[in-house]
Amino acid sequence: MTQPASDATAIVALTDAAKHFGPVRALDGVTLSIRPGDCLGLVGHNGAGKSTLVNVINGTLPPSAGRIDFPLSGATAAAAACVRSIFQELSLCPNLTVAENLRIAHRGLGGLNWRRAARQQVREALDMVFPGHRIDADATVDTLSIAERQMAEIAIGFAPRDAAASLVILDEPTSSLDAAIAQQLLDYVRRFCAAGGAVIFISHMLGEIFDVASRILVMKDGKVVAERPATEFTRQGLVDAMGHVAPEGAAVQAARAFGPQIVATPEGLTACRGEIVGLSGLAGHGQAEALARLYLGATSSWRSAGGRMVFVAGDRGRDGIFPLWSILRNASVSILPRIARRAIVDPAKEGHIAADWQRRIGIRTADLSNPILSLSGGNQQKVLFARALASDAPVVVMDDPMRGVDVGTKQDVYAMIRSEAAKGRTFLWYSTETEEVCQCDRVVVFRNGRISAELTGADITEERILQASFQMEEA
Amino acid sequence: MPMTLLQKPWLWSWLAAAASFALIVGLTEGRGAGGLAYAALSFGAFAAIVGLGQMLVISLGPGNVDLSIPATMTLASTLALKAMGSEPGTVAMGLGVALLVGLATGLANFALIYLLRLPPIIATLAASLVYQSLAIWSNRGLRIRPPAALAEFATGRSLGVPNVALVALALSIALWIMLERSVWGRWLLASGQNLRAARLAGIPVEAVRAACYVTVSLFAAVAGFLLASFSGGAALNMGQEYLLMSIAVVVIGGTSVAGGASNVPGIWGASLFMFLVVSMLNSYGASAGLRMVLTGLIIIGIVIAASTRRALR
Repeated sequence: MTQPASDATAIVALTDAAKHFGPVRALDGVTLSIRPGDCLGLVGHNGAGKSTLVNVINGTLPPSAGRIDFPLSGATAAAAACVRSIFQELSLCPNLTVAENLRIAHRGLGGLNWRRAARQQVREALDMVFPGHRIDADATVDTLSIAERQMAEIAIGFAPRDAAASLVILDEPTSSLDAAIAQQLLDYVRRFCAAGGAVIFISHMLGEIFDVASRILVMKDGKVVAERPATEFTRQGLVDAMGHVAPEGAAVQAARAFGPQIVATPEGLTACRGEIVGLSGLAGHGQAEALARLYLGATSSWRSAGGRMVFVAGDRGRDGIFPLWSILRNASVSILPRIARRAIVDPAKEGHIAADWQRRIGIRTADLSNPILSLSGGNQQKVLFARALASDAPVVVMDDPMRGVDVGTKQDVYAMIRSEAAKGRTFLWYSTETEEVCQCDRVVVFRNGRISAELTGADITEERILQASFQMEEA
Repeated sequence: MPMTLLQKPWLWSWLAAAASFALIVGLTEGRGAGGLAYAALSFGAFAAIVGLGQMLVISLGPGNVDLSIPATMTLASTLALKAMGSEPGTVAMGLGVALLVGLATGLANFALIYLLRLPPIIATLAASLVYQSLAIWSNRGLRIRPPAALAEFATGRSLGVPNVALVALALSIALWIMLERSVWGRWLLASGQNLRAARLAGIPVEAVRAACYVTVSLFAAVAGFLLASFSGGAALNMGQEYLLMSIAVVVIGGTSVAGGASNVPGIWGASLFMFLVVSMLNSYGASAGLRMVLTGLIIIGIVIAASTRRALR
């Protein structure tokens, strides 16, 4: 289906474009061209490479290999070729008005009365995309609701500015919009493409993809695994193309007997003694927030919490690491009251426990008194595991804890978690990796901040999780 | 953490103090070196005590500072001296009053910060107006002399060292042990590095913060009590110079303003330096204006030297 890169009618043409982050192949050789009138639906699981592809096209990331050309305009950069991106993470300046935000993107707007021109343009763009909107061009962005901000951002993206947009990339634009507004956007996208514009539309709402896309591109592990006209796909076919069959040897966990229920949250998250509960679904659908609420609610800012519940952070820099400290101090911070005598930390005990965990979890360092930042990300993550597992807390909360951990260590950690669970510890484990979720006794799938499905035993498969993650019903 | 002597952040404040000392002694050709050291220890002790408290709060991370130190010093010493009324045998009671005042102002400061979610700079500055007003109201222009025994202790010496310096030294050592060895010290330094990570690691972060704000007020109360006894009575402006002083000795001493790292030896180096640099400029005959300009420049130089070292680490 893909056209050769020499295709002079393409707005953007990628030839074998690749992007590597160290050994990680985020984008692994993608050839693609987008011509005026195209509306390309882009789907794939988290980490499939969708965002990397977008960032390579819009010039945020230079490709590690391959070419990216803009044949139609002859430009060398995405901005000059009038390629615009609208992100799910809202990127407007909250302290400026809507019109002033347009001015940031629209460098050509000058003169003494630029505000008037900016107001005019942003109003026209809003009326064009979202007829009947009630957004004031002079409202500062932080006074707008999240949906209104997203609408303003979309309008600014489609606004003509110096020259009409040739390609607009929409990354999950409807996640904060209600159905009626989303429908306005989809209608506009169709009109925009019919008038000769091009759109890349990324969404986890498959209904929208089928509604608007002329072609659908499915990505997995940094590669394009399918690219066909939308009419040749079925919903089930799309889900199948995105997911992969359960990895070899991912044995279904045998049903075990658990103790009494010891965790129950108002939103329906429960766990029994000795159980490993997985939290799954698409990233950002409320799993991390649910775990943070659970942990913060069960512990106090006024009393030491080491004995009741421990937390393994996935976002190491924000939630886990103490950057000025040694590996030793980072590992022991949650067990200090236990290894202290009359409130003074016993250095011998501390060193002994840390050395024990270094051996058990394989922290690669010659000396535990080295700074924590001397370790690679994966090894820092192991320190955070050691911190949690070294405590005697009965409940371990894990917020996507395997980021950057290599395959071999993952297997060791799985084994360690299973043996700790067999001893009666409870694990709540959020992961974006299906392989990890398959280690769990029970999996709850989140969608839009709520639990949408609960799977046990042989039902824990990638297909079932994906089905529960996506909004399958008709929009 | 393996670290050579050159990388110790407290080194610079001590080098600066030693250089100022050498320059003064060089001018007088060695005469008066003992007297100068004695004076530096006496006056440095007060700066060290308030500096230690301020260091705890600053270690909590950006935005944490106690600007009510001068008012707490004044209020604690005013009420303590009034309670003692120059009568003999009331010293313990007076110290108790001062400590109670420190406890009360510390709790009040933290209540403003925690319950009303005020930034510490605003909360402590606003509260200090209240404390200062209370001191003015209770003082009413009287200058009550401390009991003779207390005045004798505050101005006296043991083994050739000023008693106030010995008190400050004892407080420093106790605090140093707390910071380096105790669970509480670890909790404080962890909270200062990353408050969110500390909370998620099970540290009672609000209790740690409360303890810091109470401790700084207790230290300020002790410093005020000793200073009033040392100088023959409480004065309403007695704490004034300690606002800038408490922050300056923390920064010059090499404590990271970004939080999570504290430095007890540096506080002493910086406290001695702050006294010696003024003495040095005096003995070289610098005018008042020039003295202030040079003091400012020297402080900036030391802070740059100390922070550059840390960046290289």
